[in-house]
Amino acid sequence: MNPYVVPGLVAVVLITVGIGVYGLRFARTTSDFLVASRSVSPAWNAAAISGEYLSAASFLGVAGLVLRYGVDVLWYPVGFAAGYLALLLFVAAPLRRSGAFTLPDFCEVRLRSGFLRRLATVFVVFIGCLYLVPQLQGAGLTFTTVTGGRYEWGALLVGLVVTANVALGGMRAITFVQAFQYWLKLTALAVPVVFLLLHWQADGRPAVTPPAGPAFSSATTVVVQQDAVLDDNRTVHKGDELTFAAGDPVPQVSSVDRNDGLGWLLPGGNASLFSTYSLILATFLGTMGLPHVLVRFYTNPDGASARRTTLVVLAMVGAFYLLPTLYGVLGRVYTPQLLMTGQTDAVVLLLPEAALGSGHLGQLLGALVTAGALAAFLSTSSGLLTSVAGVVFTDVLHSTHKTVRDFRLATVLAAIVPMTLSLYVANMDVSRVVGLAFAVAASSFCPLLVLGIWWRGLTDVGAAAGIVAGGGAAMAAVLVTVMGPPLHGWFAQLVEQPAAWTVPLAFVVMVVGSLLTKRRIPADIGATMLRLHAPESLRLPG
Amino acid sequence: MGDVPGRVVRTRVVLGEAAGRRPGADSARVELAEQTDIGEALVKGLVRAQLALAVRLSLVVVAGLGALPLLFAVAPVVGRVEVAGVNLPWVLLGFLAFPFLVLVGWAYVRWAERNEQDFTAVIRGPEA
Repeated sequence: MNPYVVPGLVAVVLITVGIGVYGLRFARTTSDFLVASRSVSPAWNAAAISGEYLSAASFLGVAGLVLRYGVDVLWYPVGFAAGYLALLLFVAAPLRRSGAFTLPDFCEVRLRSGFLRRLATVFVVFIGCLYLVPQLQGAGLTFTTVTGGRYEWGALLVGLVVTANVALGGMRAITFVQAFQYWLKLTALAVPVVFLLLHWQADGRPAVTPPAGPAFSSATTVVVQQDAVLDDNRTVHKGDELTFAAGDPVPQVSSVDRNDGLGWLLPGGNASLFSTYSLILATFLGTMGLPHVLVRFYTNPDGASARRTTLVVLAMVGAFYLLPTLYGVLGRVYTPQLLMTGQTDAVVLLLPEAALGSGHLGQLLGALVTAGALAAFLSTSSGLLTSVAGVVFTDVLHSTHKTVRDFRLATVLAAIVPMTLSLYVANMDVSRVVGLAFAVAASSFCPLLVLGIWWRGLTDVGAAAGIVAGGGAAMAAVLVTVMGPPLHGWFAQLVEQPAAWTVPLAFVVMVVGSLLTKRRIPADIGATMLRLHAPESLRLPG
Repeated sequence: MGDVPGRVVRTRVVLGEAAGRRPGADSARVELAEQTDIGEALVKGLVRAQLALAVRLSLVVVAGLGALPLLFAVAPVVGRVEVAGVNLPWVLLGFLAFPFLVLVGWAYVRWAERNEQDFTAVIRGPEA
C-alpha cells in the first residue's frame, strides 16, 4: 500500500478538526452557530460555497463517468456549474434580501403559510438525506479502494468527524473549513494532472481511442468483480484473476456497461435526446433548490454582495470542472482495467500511480488525490448536515429559547438517519443518486423560488400543489429507481431521468393552482416584493 | 422589548391586516411600500426590468448551450470537426462552456446593479 496515504488522510482530518476547534472560540451564541453572524467576506464565502458544493460526485464521479461513457456525460459538469448561473440570474440577490435562512423560512416570508413551511421541511430533509447517504457511501468505497479496509469503517469515520465538527463549531468554523477544502480539492486535481499530461506527452501521446478499441498500456492483472461473460464468449467468475500483456485489447465484460470508439468520442453514443435534456434541466435548475447551497446566501451582508459571491463561485466551480474530464480521458489510456471491473469511480484515485509508476512521485500524487477525495466527502457532508440540522432545529424541535445545546441535539438527530442508511444500502449507485437529488430539487424548490420571487400571483395553495405534484412525482421516481425492479424501454427513461416532465409539471400546477386561488394572495405582497428586489440602502429613510 | 411602543403605534395606524407582521425594523420598508401608488409602480418597474434581464441572458445560454444536443443530433458532422486535434464537442463542453457561463454571469451582475442604481436614483430624487 502507498505509504503516503495514511499521513495525508490524517493531516486532512486534523486540519479539519483543528479549524473547527479554532472556530469554536468565535462561536458563542446560537446565531453565531447558524449564520456565522453574517461577517464572512465574499472571497471566503465564495470559496466556502464552492468547497461545500464539490462533492464526491464531482471529485470522483465525473471522471469515472467520462472514462466509461465519453462525451455525452460532459453535461454533468457543465450542468453542475450552470446551476450557479441560474441561481445568480433568478434567485441570489432577492433570496438574500428576503432574510430567509432556509427554504422553509422563505415559504414563511413570502407566503405566510405554516403548512407550506412544514411541506418544505419534508423536502429539505428528503433531499438532504438523498445527498448525504451517497457521500458517506463514497467515503466507504474510497476507504476500501485505498486501504483495503472495511467499507463500514470509512463511512462511519467520515460521519463521526463531520457530526462532531458541525455540532461543536457550527457554521462559522465550517466556513473556514469549507474554504480550505475548496483549495485543497483544486490543488489535489490540478497538480497531478500537470504531471500526467507531461507523462502522456513524453509517452508519445498514445491514442485515447485507438481504432482497435481500448488496449492495456502495460502488463496488468485484473480481478473479476462479478460473474460475467467476456466478448470472446469466455465465462469468468467473481474473484478470477486475468493477466494481460501490454498492447492486449481490453475485453468487453457483460456486467459492465461502457462506450468504445466513436460511441465514446462522439455525441449520441448511448444517451437519448430525452435523457440528455432531462439531465440538463435537472442540473441547471436543481442547484438553486439544494438546501446546503441556499443556507450560504444568508452569510452575505446584502443582496448585491450575494450576487458577486455567486459570480465568484461560478468561476471557481467552472475552473474545477476543467480537471475531472482530463482524468477520465487519460484513464482510457492508463487504467483501462477499470472498464472491466466497473469501478470507474476510482479512476482519479488510481491514475497517478498507474501512469507515473509506484515511485515516490506517483505515490505522493496518489496520496494527494486521496486527501482531496476525503476533503470532498467531509465538506459536502458538513454543509448538508449543517443545513438539515438547521431545519430540524427550527422546524422540528420547535425549541422556544433556542440554545446551542438544542442545535447540537439537532445535529446528532440529523446525522443518525443517513449514517445508518449508508451502512445498510451499500449497493446504491453514487453518481446516479446525486443526479436524482438534483431532479427532486429542480421539481420542487426551483419553481417555488422562481415564481415566489418574480410573480406576485403565487399563492400558498398553488405553491403547495405544485410541490406535491412535481416534487412528489420526482420523489416517487427516485424511490422506484433506487429500490424498485429494473425497468426497460421508454418508461425506464421517464423514471430514471424524470426532470424533463416533473419540472414543467411543477411549474404548470403551481401557476394554475395560484390562478384558481387568487383570493389567497398575501395582502402585503407589495411590501414583500419591495423587500425582495429593492436595494438595502432604500430600507431606511434618508 | 424596545420595539413594543413601535408596535402599538403601528397597529393603531395600519389596522388589523398588519397586526401579524413583525414590528420594528420592518416599519421603514412598510412605509415606503405603502407610501403611494407611484411607489408601487416603481417597484413593479424594477422587478420587470430585472426579470427581463435575467430572461434575456438565460435565452443566451439556451441558444448557446441548450441547442447543442439538438445540433449534434441533427448534424452529426459537427461532432467530427477537430480543433487542434480534439473533437469539437469535447472543446465546447469540456472547456469553452465554463468561461461562457462566467461571461454571462459577469454581464448579468453589471446590468442588474445598473438597474438598481437607476431605481435608487429615482426614489431618492435629485437631493440625494
